Amino acid sequence: MSGSDHLERASRAEVCVVAIAECFRGDGEILANPIGTIPMIGGRLARATFEPDLMMTDGEAALVANDEAFDFSAGKVIEAYNPYRAMFDVVWSGRRHVIMSGSQIDAYGNHNFAAVGADWGRPKVQLLGFRGAPGNTIQNATSYWIPNHSRQTFVERVDVVTGVGWDRAAALGDRATRYFGLRRVVTNLCVMDFGGADHRLRLISVHYGVTEDEVRAATGFELPAVDEIAETRQPDANELFLIREVIDPLGLREREVPDPA
Amino acid sequence: MRDKRCSEEDVVAELQSGMTIGIGGWGSRRKPMSLVRAIVRSRLGDLTIVSYGGPDVGLLCAAGKVRKVVLAFVSLDSIPLEPHYRAARQAGSVSEEPWDEGLFLLGLQAAAWRVPFLPSRVGLGSDLMRLNPRLGTVRSPFDDGEELVAAPALTLDVALCHLNVSDAGGNAAFLGPDLYFDDLFLRAAARRWLSVERVVPTEDLLAAAGTEQRMRINRSMVDGVVERPGAAHFTSCVPEYERDESFQQRYAASARTPEDWARFRADWVDVSEDEYQDRRAAVAARS
Repeated sequence: MSGSDHLERASRAEVCVVAIAECFRGDGEILANPIGTIPMIGGRLARATFEPDLMMTDGEAALVANDEAFDFSAGKVIEAYNPYRAMFDVVWSGRRHVIMSGSQIDAYGNHNFAAVGADWGRPKVQLLGFRGAPGNTIQNATSYWIPNHSRQTFVERVDVVTGVGWDRAAALGDRATRYFGLRRVVTNLCVMDFGGADHRLRLISVHYGVTEDEVRAATGFELPAVDEIAETRQPDANELFLIREVIDPLGLREREVPDPA
Repeated sequence: MRDKRCSEEDVVAELQSGMTIGIGGWGSRRKPMSLVRAIVRSRLGDLTIVSYGGPDVGLLCAAGKVRKVVLAFVSLDSIPLEPHYRAARQAGSVSEEPWDEGLFLLGLQAAAWRVPFLPSRVGLGSDLMRLNPRLGTVRSPFDDGEELVAAPALTLDVALCHLNVSDAGGNAAFLGPDLYFDDLFLRAAARRWLSVERVVPTEDLLAAAGTEQRMRINRSMVDGVVERPGAAHFTSCVPEYERDESFQQRYAASARTPEDWARFRADWVDVSEDEYQDRRAAVAARS
């Protein structure tokens, strides 16, 4: 790739990578645990630029210093052993910020990836299960990554609450909110935070080429916005170089979010 | 030290319908699949399966052996959703007692330590409290008075795990990246069986393990050992073998129609384990 390519407009996926990286700004020396293709690239990018103290896993049982997100064929630089059991020690001590995917999310950030349908005994669609979502949301910082922003995902009411939203945590008081912290939701269209009334989801930026109306049309509940909705920050030349040449040279990001252009 | 070596059939002969069986490993990683296949071939039924679920859960559900599963997830890792498990749940033929995967660790630990529960904040505010009737709450007896979730002991009738190497008495080591929670499954159960890739004399076990830190299973945790190279196939058992992805795809595709499942079952389940291992070696040699 020639130097001039770095001056081209970034792809939608690359904008999403930067939006994910921004979720970790200010986190310091904790485990950044972004799950999914673009989240893993975004976490790597944050560490390689403005958040150098972050720790990240190899997806198995080690914390690794590598900048590359997927291909460790050049060798892993292992910082520490971190088997599944140790992960719970990390989560429950709060030194982690996880980014999870989800099948349904409501306006307060209640989250579902267990099953769709009203009947738990016979779900319409069986999904993953509760996994670690109840523990993640109640014990450490959590953000969400939704690669396909739609009314099927952003719903008035989730069928099963796997990850806890702000309203439910607040109803339980201090014992639930003490270590609770939903941060952001990044999608293929926009970035939202929980700065609305009563910690409701709020639109803060739309990606290049996306309109506010488009986001609202794809959201199944009323979505307030900040006064001045920004365009999501573009990667700078150094960030684009890192994404394209170092972190994800195979371009897996473009498969998760194809460029609309 | 007793010699505890036995066969898959010997293990199944000790099991009964209606039992609660814990299965070690994680997702589609280091699962005792030869023992699972032997259960599928047996007359057993009405089982409750406790697992960090993978194809162990899917295969047993597809074969109609399961009444209830106790778990936090079922996944084939490279195929995120387990198709046979989905089919069983969407048909309403299997009930799921949902857990958080960390709370599940506490349930196994409570059973292993013989206490009725362990406390946690995990579960607060989520629908676990609505959908899992066994979860309770408990108030701290100290000045904070905090109300917490009580994870009940996940006491097991039987635990089945697959390890890389053991001696004939059941002292065993894991050689891959993670023990997962196999030690807790074994300590939480009344009867415990391992399958292993190979059995070595006790005096060679440390050399086989490489370091004593991997020798995490001792023989008081084990009632029987099945020596079966390839027992975890098609799940991974590193360093001996990675997951057999093409076989896993074939297994997943067998959930498409009853005919697909019948064919898979005839070729890969209703055959002896010796025959299974011969066939999969032949398939591997052709590809």
